[in-house]
Amino acid sequence: MADQVYWDDVTEGMELPEVVKNPTTQQLVKYAGASGDYYQIHYDQGFAKNNDLEDVILHGALKNAFLGHLVTKWIGPDGDLKRLIAQYRGMDIPGTPVTAKGVVTKKYQENGANIVECDIWLENEKGEKTTPGSAIVALPSI
Amino acid sequence: MTTPASFLTEEMRKQAIGQKSAPRSIDIEKGAIIKFAQAIEDDNPVFNDEMAARESRYGGLIAPPTFLRSVGVDRPEYPFDMPFNRLLDGGSDWEYFHPVRAGDRITAISEIADINERTGRMGLMIITSIVVTYRNQFDQIAATQTSTSIRY
Repeated sequence: MADQVYWDDVTEGMELPEVVKNPTTQQLVKYAGASGDYYQIHYDQGFAKNNDLEDVILHGALKNAFLGHLVTKWIGPDGDLKRLIAQYRGMDIPGTPVTAKGVVTKKYQENGANIVECDIWLENEKGEKTTPGSAIVALPSI
Repeated sequence: MTTPASFLTEEMRKQAIGQKSAPRSIDIEKGAIIKFAQAIEDDNPVFNDEMAARESRYGGLIAPPTFLRSVGVDRPEYPFDMPFNRLLDGGSDWEYFHPVRAGDRITAISEIADINERTGRMGLMIITSIVVTYRNQFDQIAATQTSTSIRY
């Protein structure tokens, strides 16, 4: 089983282990099929260009899923995801990697739960945060 | 396309807020969860591997956090003609209350929570905040998703 992170060991400012993604046009088609989002701007270049886009773009919801991956991987089998926020600020195109990153902003106890809040984001090759967000999780205690 | 300086009136906002979609129910299939996890390239055993998931505290496969998107809930209808046909997704805010398991029956309803207009680099944009409530077969709210849709 995966490693478990414990609330007691978390400190504010701690970084989450990065998750690197290399989305391709093939992945966008797989995601379209798996999610049922068949909007053509994600796989039809002509359609995308007619919509004033330079190329097909990643689904915002796929980027949201990458951030979900980052957080659920970090909290391990006994952590609970409570809230996941993603804002699709910048567009990402297939063929260029994006890295999911995060940092702990706050830890506290509330109603018997051990809560941690994080800023999370996707970063492109230029280091631009195309998809900022945040997460609230509950972690087990030692 | 040249866009007008303003489109939404206060009256239109009031008519739109609270508009709901028809409910949509789907059975959460194990294969659909695995296919989704593969599509997002997340190899977490609780999303992919029934045997490993049985050893977890969930006792079986659960869906990745954004899987509920695939329920394909209808959008609420605007109570007026919407001339802005191009659509971008601005973001999502998910809250989770109960895990979604293979075998669950999920019913989703979407509702317009807010609507505003703004002028951006692509001209006039209509920004709609839509809350989707996902309930399971026990009438528990599994999750809510507040998404921002941008029409231009």
